[in-house]
Amino acid sequence: MGPLIPNGIIPIEWDSIIAILIGIVFGFVLEASGFSSSRKLAGVFYGYDFAVLKVFFTAALVAVIGIYYMDYLGYLDVTQLYVHPTYLWGAIIGGIIMGAGFVAGGFCPGTSLCAVAIGKIDAFVYVGGILIGVFIFSELFPLLEPIYNGYYYGNITLQDSFGVNPYWFVFIFSIIAIVAFVISDMVRKKQKKVFY
Amino acid sequence: MTKDKKQKNRHVYWNPYFGGFLFGILILFTFFLTGRGLGASGAMKSSVVSMVESISPEHAENNAYYSKFIDKDESPMNTWLVFETLGLLIGAFISGGLSGRISWRVQHSPKITSKRRLIFALGGGVLFGLGAQIARGCTSGAALSGMAVLSTGGFITMLAIFGSAYAFAYFFRKNWI
Repeated sequence: MGPLIPNGIIPIEWDSIIAILIGIVFGFVLEASGFSSSRKLAGVFYGYDFAVLKVFFTAALVAVIGIYYMDYLGYLDVTQLYVHPTYLWGAIIGGIIMGAGFVAGGFCPGTSLCAVAIGKIDAFVYVGGILIGVFIFSELFPLLEPIYNGYYYGNITLQDSFGVNPYWFVFIFSIIAIVAFVISDMVRKKQKKVFY
Repeated sequence: MTKDKKQKNRHVYWNPYFGGFLFGILILFTFFLTGRGLGASGAMKSSVVSMVESISPEHAENNAYYSKFIDKDESPMNTWLVFETLGLLIGAFISGGLSGRISWRVQHSPKITSKRRLIFALGGGVLFGLGAQIARGCTSGAALSGMAVLSTGGFITMLAIFGSAYAFAYFFRKNWI
């Protein structure tokens, strides 16, 4: 049955309208969870506020459990879903650069847009920086292309990489997340409180 | 506020598990409807492509990266992620408006100046923009939506982002704590 639009159950003309509606909920949830505040986001790296860890891992878990459960019940065909492709060194090097940008600027692209929507000037500057970063990448593309297109493993999942039943990953992932939540609360109690 | 009153954060946000739960339901719903996940940096890439194309069409066409996203019949802004991002701005504006959080300001730690905050915001943005192109997605598109379908690349990107942010956190501590 699902996904609905690729299978023609909802006509493709609705695609852009659905995009806006999904975006509205996306923005609302991020902002209401406090992701428009760079000082709250950065807390995860200094141990004074773990909202990022909690929201991020709860969301990933709910989504992955939901997707595999709907697949099990036959409402959604997991093999039809778009799997983010694996370019090994692109993912690692890009991720490292993004991590440095995250802790330096205190936002990621989605959260910076939330902050732009409520008038944070630092977020406007951050978004400007992202545009410059994309521009630099595009201009240096011939130089960076080997990383961008190389070390390609296809649209693989953990199941393909390790040859283990996906339900085991969901289970292990849930345990890791719960342990991380408990530890994060213990760490936060020891840290000096930061007010923002 | 009286001095003996316990100091509290000014803003009250949702419980993170509640926010995360709704966010997860939204990702599930997005996959159920469209077969793909969410994204945020994609719209910024489209903006850069369309800006470069309008300033210098030849340059955009000759560049191997821009030209991937240029279609003669369609604007590079006519993509799912651009519409989703417009929605994101609207949604965040509604939430901020309902809670009285909308105002023009530079948010920074009292220990640093606005100027320093803005310089680091710009530098951080440049790095994130560059990294998001190399990894083909940011925290939403690559890490979160990737993890939702157990993508190996999504997990690697997530580990790289958070690992590197923790590794560099020491050098930027003055900005935050």
